[in-house]
Amino acid sequence: MHPMTPVPYRVRSRRPDRADTVTLALEPVSGPCPFSLPGQFTMVYAHGVGEIPISLSGRGRTGALVHTIRAVGAVSQALCRKRPGDLVGVRGPYGTAFDVAGAAGLDVVVAAGGLGLAPLRTVVRELIAHRSRYGRISVIAGTRTPMTLLYPRELDRWRMAHDIDVQVIVDHPDHIWPGPVGLVTKLIDRIVFAPRRTAAFVCGPEIMMRAVADDLMARGVPARRIALSLERNMKCGVGRCGHCQLGPLLLCLDGPVVDYERVGGLLAVREL
Amino acid sequence: MSVGGSVGGNALMDTVVIESLEPLIAALQSAGYAVVGPTVKDAAVRMAEISSVEDLPAGVGDVQRPGNYRLAERGDEMLFDFAASPDSAKRFTQPPRQRLFRMRGQTIEEVREKAPRVALLGVRACDLAAIAVQDRVFLGRHPDPTYRRRREALFLIAVNCAVPGGTCFCVSMGTGPKATTGFDLALTELASPHRFTVESGSERGAQIVAAIPHRPADQGDLTAAEEVSRIAATRMGRHVDTEGIQQWLPAAHDSPRWTDVASRCLSCTNCTMVCPTCFCSTVEDITDLTGEVTERSERWDSCFSLDFTELSGQPPVRSSALARYRQWLTHKFATWYDQFGTSGCVGCGRCITWCPTGIDVTEELSAIRDGTGETSCIR
Repeated sequence: MHPMTPVPYRVRSRRPDRADTVTLALEPVSGPCPFSLPGQFTMVYAHGVGEIPISLSGRGRTGALVHTIRAVGAVSQALCRKRPGDLVGVRGPYGTAFDVAGAAGLDVVVAAGGLGLAPLRTVVRELIAHRSRYGRISVIAGTRTPMTLLYPRELDRWRMAHDIDVQVIVDHPDHIWPGPVGLVTKLIDRIVFAPRRTAAFVCGPEIMMRAVADDLMARGVPARRIALSLERNMKCGVGRCGHCQLGPLLLCLDGPVVDYERVGGLLAVREL
Repeated sequence: MSVGGSVGGNALMDTVVIESLEPLIAALQSAGYAVVGPTVKDAAVRMAEISSVEDLPAGVGDVQRPGNYRLAERGDEMLFDFAASPDSAKRFTQPPRQRLFRMRGQTIEEVREKAPRVALLGVRACDLAAIAVQDRVFLGRHPDPTYRRRREALFLIAVNCAVPGGTCFCVSMGTGPKATTGFDLALTELASPHRFTVESGSERGAQIVAAIPHRPADQGDLTAAEEVSRIAATRMGRHVDTEGIQQWLPAAHDSPRWTDVASRCLSCTNCTMVCPTCFCSTVEDITDLTGEVTERSERWDSCFSLDFTELSGQPPVRSSALARYRQWLTHKFATWYDQFGTSGCVGCGRCITWCPTGIDVTEELSAIRDGTGETSCIR
């Protein structure tokens, strides 16, 4: 099959998360769901509108590929309007994964900015599946307003049932927000981890990821143990359209998950 | 990479001599190939289907300089004494637009694009190298079956360069001027008497030669053919020092030269369109009036386009012309190695010739390497 031809999938379930954000579980019209790893992405095609890369935000009980999508462009808007039973095209999963197993024996910091919590949910679920292998686990999440926070109930479960320190910070509080206000880096002071024995998984706006990674490094977390999930324009996902280059990297093949040791210098170059 | 039964540099049979191309063209045609060769069209040498030797540009040469291409009548009998045409083999390996699939109601059907049997006559060593570069892109980790069929249907007849152009630098890039691999047949055109030496590079190439009148090459033919390539190698219009370029070019991301070249670059995308290895593409959907059927196509794109790095709700990553030029040049000469294990440049010089403001990559590279931001010549 041609690498640019999508496989027909059906929307199995649709759950609105926030005003502009929807979680869709997708299953192939025929055949089994493909294998996927935390951090990988698929190319999702909306009939007649276009195709975009979307990181997986989970796996359904039946193996369905779960995507949390914010309606920001034409394609994501079209996808957010899909209903159970509707058809979409899917290629993948593609790309590199978060090395969750590699963090065994270490403290873990999961740092999310906005929608970045979506791909990191696959990481946290993997951590929970083998909770005893890891030391202290902290999830720090930044969000624009209290109302834009993703998965609030699941965050509570992580906190209550799985011995995870979950902390949330908002940019623009409303009058009832009881928690901290500011950028997610502020939360690094409030969590406990042994920097030299810590692995970090970070996803969010690039400027946020760099700030978090620099802060963690300054505290002694090795750059190679800070994993970022990068976002670029992608038309193919398979290394043939050229759009997702970051210096020597083709982020569809060499990413989206990359470690800060490899990309820290590249991200510091303006407009690379 | 094995495509089209090429067997590398070693000839399958001894070099032979043919007096005329007419039987070769006829043999290819009867083998089912459309023969595409150089013709004069639009005041340039363009690759187009030919029916006989008469269609080839006898006595036509070219003058190529930065931002300048002119045909020059020589009036002799030589058919291939010109440098790179604006058309490369890319048009045939990766057509400017190709359909991918059709989505109709609940089904997605792949469009099986045709892979026409084309015999490309007059392919230069630099373009053979470019095809090998494209093979790494399209037959790598996610191989493209359409590309593979198209490549297999392409019969490549190299003609060794005798008259490199003013913008050529294949010697610097180690790709020419003599074709050593990746062809079905390789010809060298010789004068007085007018004739061609023919080397086979594949089984199917040897079969074509066996079917046409030929004689064994004698020592005089072989020496004359070697002379053509030897002299051509001394007539390069340009030179690039590639020593350590994979390291020093990406490291020079703050060179003042980028600002200088950006002031001359129009972001017109000409360099990427004529480049035989530039493979970047985008996709387009066309939906019929009922809204039921959508056809998706892939078409050539360019890293000079502003929307190339756009993300919804954010400014493009490479908003400035500086960043886009830096990306193109650095990718072509350095980061291509990281991605595909080879340089992206084959030294054909097309990007220099067809740049409307005459930006010369060889000049830019040497200025960047020497750490100077000055323009040595302003046009």
